[in-house]
Amino acid sequence: LCYLPLDPNIILTNAIKTSKYNFFTFLPLNLFEQFQRIANAYFLFLLVLQVIPQISSLSWFTTVVPLILVLTVTAAKDATDDINRHRSDNRVNNRKVQVLIDRKLRSEKWMNVQVGDIIKLENNQFVTADLLLLSSSEPLNLVYIETAELDGETNLKVRQALPVTGDLGDDIEKLADFNGEVRCEPPNNRLDRFTGVLSFAGQKYSLDNEKILLRGCTLRNTEWCFGLVLFGGPETKLMQNCGKSTFKRTSIDRLMNILVLFIFGFLAFMCSVLAIGNYIWERNEGSQFTVFLPRLEDDPAFSSFLTFWSYVIILNTVVPISLYVSVEIIRLGNSFYIDWDRKMYYARNDTPAEARTTTLNEELGQIKYVFSDKTGTLTQNIMIFNKCTINGKCYGDVYDYTDTVDFSFNPLADSRFVFHDHSLVEAVKLENTEVHAFFRLLALCHTVMAEEKKEGELFYQAQSPDEGALVTAARNFGFVFRSRTPDSISIVEMGKQCNYELLAILDFNNVRKRMSVIVRSPEGKLSLYCKGADTIIYERLHQSCSKLMDVTTEHLNEFAGDGLRTLALAYKDLDEEYFNQWIQRHHEANTALEDREGKLDQLYEEIEKDLLLLGATAIEDKLQDGVPQTIEQLSKADIKIWVLTGDKQETAENIGYSCNLLREEMNDVFIISGNSLEDVQQELRNARTSMKPDAAENSEFLPEMDKGVKVVTDEVVNGEYGLVINGHSLAYALEHSLELEFLRTACMCKAVICCRVTPLQKAQVVELVKKYKKAVTLAIGDGANDVSMIKAAHIGVGISGQEGMQAVLSSDYSFAQFRFLQRLLLVHGRWSYLRMCKFLRYFFYKNFTFTFVHFWFAFFCGFSAQTVYDEWFITLYNLMYTALPVLGMSLFDQDVNDVWSFQHPQLYVPGQLNLYFSKKSFFKCALHSCYSSLVLFFIPYAAMYDTVRDDGKDIADYQSFALLTQTCLLFAVSIQMSYWTAVNTFFVLGSLAMYFAVTFTMYSNGMFTILPSAFPFIGTARNSLNQPNVWLTIFLTSILCVLPVITNRFLMIQLCPTINDKAKATPAPPTRRARIRRTSSRRSGYAFSHAQGYGDLVTSGRFLRRPALTRSSGFTHAGRTTTSFSPMGRSAGYSPTGRPQNNKVPDVEVTSLQMYRTITDSAP
Amino acid sequence: MVKQESESANRPDNTAFTQQRLPAWQPILSAGIVIPGFVLIGLAFIGIGVALLVTSRSIQVLELDYTGDSNGSPCSSCSQSDIANCKCSLNFTLTTLFQGPVFFYYGLSNYFQNYRRYGASKDDNQLYGDLSSFTSPSSSCSPYNYDSSKKPIVPCGSIANSMFNDTFTLTRTVSGTTNNVTLDGKGIAWWTDYNIKYRNPSVTPLKNAFNGTVKPINWAKPAYELDASDRSNNGFVNQDFLVWMRRAALPNFRKLYRRIDASGDYQKGLPAGNYTIDITYNYPVRAFNGAKKIVFSNVSWMGGSNEFLGIAYLVIGSLCVVMSVVMLIVYAKFKFPDEE
Repeated sequence: LCYLPLDPNIILTNAIKTSKYNFFTFLPLNLFEQFQRIANAYFLFLLVLQVIPQISSLSWFTTVVPLILVLTVTAAKDATDDINRHRSDNRVNNRKVQVLIDRKLRSEKWMNVQVGDIIKLENNQFVTADLLLLSSSEPLNLVYIETAELDGETNLKVRQALPVTGDLGDDIEKLADFNGEVRCEPPNNRLDRFTGVLSFAGQKYSLDNEKILLRGCTLRNTEWCFGLVLFGGPETKLMQNCGKSTFKRTSIDRLMNILVLFIFGFLAFMCSVLAIGNYIWERNEGSQFTVFLPRLEDDPAFSSFLTFWSYVIILNTVVPISLYVSVEIIRLGNSFYIDWDRKMYYARNDTPAEARTTTLNEELGQIKYVFSDKTGTLTQNIMIFNKCTINGKCYGDVYDYTDTVDFSFNPLADSRFVFHDHSLVEAVKLENTEVHAFFRLLALCHTVMAEEKKEGELFYQAQSPDEGALVTAARNFGFVFRSRTPDSISIVEMGKQCNYELLAILDFNNVRKRMSVIVRSPEGKLSLYCKGADTIIYERLHQSCSKLMDVTTEHLNEFAGDGLRTLALAYKDLDEEYFNQWIQRHHEANTALEDREGKLDQLYEEIEKDLLLLGATAIEDKLQDGVPQTIEQLSKADIKIWVLTGDKQETAENIGYSCNLLREEMNDVFIISGNSLEDVQQELRNARTSMKPDAAENSEFLPEMDKGVKVVTDEVVNGEYGLVINGHSLAYALEHSLELEFLRTACMCKAVICCRVTPLQKAQVVELVKKYKKAVTLAIGDGANDVSMIKAAHIGVGISGQEGMQAVLSSDYSFAQFRFLQRLLLVHGRWSYLRMCKFLRYFFYKNFTFTFVHFWFAFFCGFSAQTVYDEWFITLYNLMYTALPVLGMSLFDQDVNDVWSFQHPQLYVPGQLNLYFSKKSFFKCALHSCYSSLVLFFIPYAAMYDTVRDDGKDIADYQSFALLTQTCLLFAVSIQMSYWTAVNTFFVLGSLAMYFAVTFTMYSNGMFTILPSAFPFIGTARNSLNQPNVWLTIFLTSILCVLPVITNRFLMIQLCPTINDKAKATPAPPTRRARIRRTSSRRSGYAFSHAQGYGDLVTSGRFLRRPALTRSSGFTHAGRTTTSFSPMGRSAGYSPTGRPQNNKVPDVEVTSLQMYRTITDSAP
Repeated sequence: MVKQESESANRPDNTAFTQQRLPAWQPILSAGIVIPGFVLIGLAFIGIGVALLVTSRSIQVLELDYTGDSNGSPCSSCSQSDIANCKCSLNFTLTTLFQGPVFFYYGLSNYFQNYRRYGASKDDNQLYGDLSSFTSPSSSCSPYNYDSSKKPIVPCGSIANSMFNDTFTLTRTVSGTTNNVTLDGKGIAWWTDYNIKYRNPSVTPLKNAFNGTVKPINWAKPAYELDASDRSNNGFVNQDFLVWMRRAALPNFRKLYRRIDASGDYQKGLPAGNYTIDITYNYPVRAFNGAKKIVFSNVSWMGGSNEFLGIAYLVIGSLCVVMSVVMLIVYAKFKFPDEE
């Protein structure tokens, strides 16, 4: 038999290629990419113009040198990146792995591994490709993996092979004979799911994520395992996830693009004016001047056409080629400052701040809305089991917090656990049934993994810290979770070892907000244990516990009032027959390829009802250090903070108070909790009316139209208000008909808290504000549930904390503590914004000034496109003479230092209002340039007009005039710096010195002798810079350029001082305020951890074995029945794609992976 | 200890640079600095302005237009005819001594030496004495690179072709007798132009280098015969040629023609008396509304006469003082508004 791949072009191997170029394609490809940028293309166009002799008003090198420099810098950067990629590709591709070839294990390079191969991995090896786990050294075919490279999470995860493949063990013969067919979804980038079916020996087995090892994971604590390659190389989920980051742009970027277009327009305008001037001149003057200058073309119209293009070349400096490059460098520099900041370094877990995106810095200085998550962001995400209510009795409510409970009766207790209420221990010791059931539930219903390195030394790996806290509590109170297998959980109940058979885990997710386990006790009793958000559990309780519900509700409210996270616990005994039938259906649902999750949800819903309430737990969630102070600072900076949390309303409100978001002195805090569209609308309107009585009149509120985009303007209200909105109300508020109403009301409030929100809603809220507000948004969060919000906001900030790394991985900036946000925004953001704006203003100023002088000169040279400056000066002006000073300015400038920035958070406001760089300020700086250029042209003009040197010789010649003007220009732009560190001074003076050095060199005899036509300015510097009137002119122009600026600024400070001026006028703060580390008396509370559990993982094998019904034999019966078919030496065969094998799932795309390695000579 | 170090391995460096604590100076625009600063700058400027103005006023300048636009002016007949070497003369009287050293300039107005294509119309290599550029002048010289018979023009280009070719002699009439005033034409061009930038090919006699080339169309004599009296003043290093080739920045300009030789009666300059300038009128300017003039001037430490700088310094200085007063008023008014 011979199988051929369906499509010979399909990539079969595991080789990856992340590099873009090779040696030969680099130049053409890279250049092609670079010329797609408008600025580069524009310069190429200029170059073409310059080649036309009739038009060329400048030598080619004035354009070529900067262009080549810019291209080279970019190309060098691209090349280094690509070389690094090549290196890492090679390193990865050449890693060795053991592959089963010709019924033997051979060491092969990664890149030679092919889909369908069976490979053997050993401990601590990287997973080679996306594998179907076949068998492992560990009991029950478990393997442990670390996914740090994939999602950044460092905790161990478990994968388990199907029992049927697990039986293959490490028997090479059997593995070589393995002959199954896998049909699965096409390659995609979802790391958390996988759907597929393995057909083997006539049976079909459902495959999900729990049986798959993804490339990029590392094998841990597992001696060996075998896997079947499903996806290789570029089709692996890791590679599918690469390079798809969305590109965020800042508002300055967008403004810059508009301005560049505007500048193009302006350039065209100037050139047209000059072309018209040329037309008139040629007609009136030029036509008569022909005695000395014969016309090449008699038609003035044609001449003016040529002049237009000549001036396009000369005035090209208004569109600075180096702008984009400089902007990138500045941003990079300012990003490094963030990385380097010790005040954003968190010593406790050795985490410095990190600017993961280097292109958004200035946006940090313009934030208007901060959307914050709470768990792990405002709070520490360290959970402490604080209180509980069991069967209507509340424990843990004590006054004396110095007295701690002694757990010495329990040898397995965790010594770090502290509890204050003795009565609970008493109740446990008295063998109170409910109390025991309560803790038994806590010990059984979870997805924690236990590690027992030494006897009695337990270490829990929990998905979420509150789960860990609960299991630890149960452990200390005598219900020690010891170990688990997929089928069982062993706990020590009051010193007695008990093995519970684990029949099913109904895992937690964001919608269900609860989890359950179904276990069979050692006595053989079937029970379902459930814990979850109180509202969810309450809906599913049996009527008989309504009384208990009331009492517990009271306790729950109390807990919430104290800002504690609560979970309700319930259980139910199950009927054996019903359960068997249920688990059967469960298996069916579980192997379905279509809507598997929906079917499972339905099943879960069915069994989780008529529960009996046990009680509730209350976990304390500690606020992070400095959160209230940070929030206070940010709100002083006029930043609006919206907290989006999954908590219940009471706890959310409570934490709002405790972290200073809501204040007692606020006029009112509105609570929106309507259950219908009309209710919500009414509540929102009422809120608005009470804030601003006249606002309600125009109930049909029409937002301002701005270029077709609706923009909701800020409305001023008297007093401070807060708004708290519930998840279900938020769902209505986010509907199209209400969203503006909601936004308008919310924006009138100082603080907004949205509780019970889903991750999707978080993103929706951010999108809403982004859509209708011309404001910059920032989202900060730490968990996977914040990822959507972080990606949606203009700037995403991740807290690198305990809850995994997903948020950080999708964020633009990350640091360890919420309180660093104020430094990021008020110091780094402000400076970055200020620097960028100063840079742009200065950059445009210096280039406009440079260019406008040409414009004025045109009126005196017959509009002939004669340059004012020496061509070398034109070439080097941006590249050499002014590059470093402007860079120095934009890397070191500080209007006020960081202490003042904190002292006066209002200094942040100008950024939000875009005051430092806008179209208006651009226009102002163009006017300023206009003035400067007038000074720079007409002062030298008047000073040199008709004059001579002190020895009577010529000085009003063109070359001397050029030198004079360019020197004036350079002085005038160099001294207009406002911040002088040693480096700045060095840069400015160094650049001036360099100017003179270069000028004298270029104008020297030696250079001229080498290339007479390239250096025609020989001797000019010597002959004119020794004249006193030249220096008097330079001095005069420089002073004249600066004085009006100083006058204007001084008068502005006096007449209408800005916030900045006011702040500077106040005396400098002597020292930094001592940082207060206070623990708030009010505490926050939460309902549940957000992350999805990995319950499925640890039990998945179980469900597959259920239909066999012979619980323990499931492993053995299937494995041996492999067919005798083994045509190829190498591992598993698959059946061809086209063969209709699984008619039940026609919708599932068959992947391109079903390809068959054939060794042709072995095929008959 | 080692463990501690590794625990804070990621701790950023504590340097003034990384922590953005570089000491810096920034100008604080407080009233105490700005207002006195303006007064000081103002006073200094007024001082400089007065000095410049006084200096500039002390420079004697005599300008005589000889374009001959209007009928009755001395050169009107020449200006209207195309006769080569048309002669006319100009009389002037000095009532006081014209302090030496006296420079003799010719001036042109509405003449666009700064026109781009005019300025580019030369061949630097040729003027540097490169013989290969003699036989094939650069195309930048077009249309003055080859004559009608395709012979290369040396020196080529518009600038050279349009070289100023009026000549002047100055005579002084003392009690009926006319004496020639000696004019010195040595060293009127820049040293660098004469010695480095322009070079004759190293061929002797110089004439041979020009074999196979023709003189510029407008020229009367070939380049190697420009100055019959001084052999070293020929070819490209002819002083008049060099002065002309240094093109002017602005449409109205003057160029140094000669120095009054400070010897004999003229040691101190031009003494009072009646003078005549005999002009050989060749250069046509009326076609483009140009004007020609003769300028006598002496110089000071700040060069030739230019009142602008002095006036500008005075005006700016005064403005500074005025502004400082305005600022003082504004400052006082806004600084203490609540105290009333």
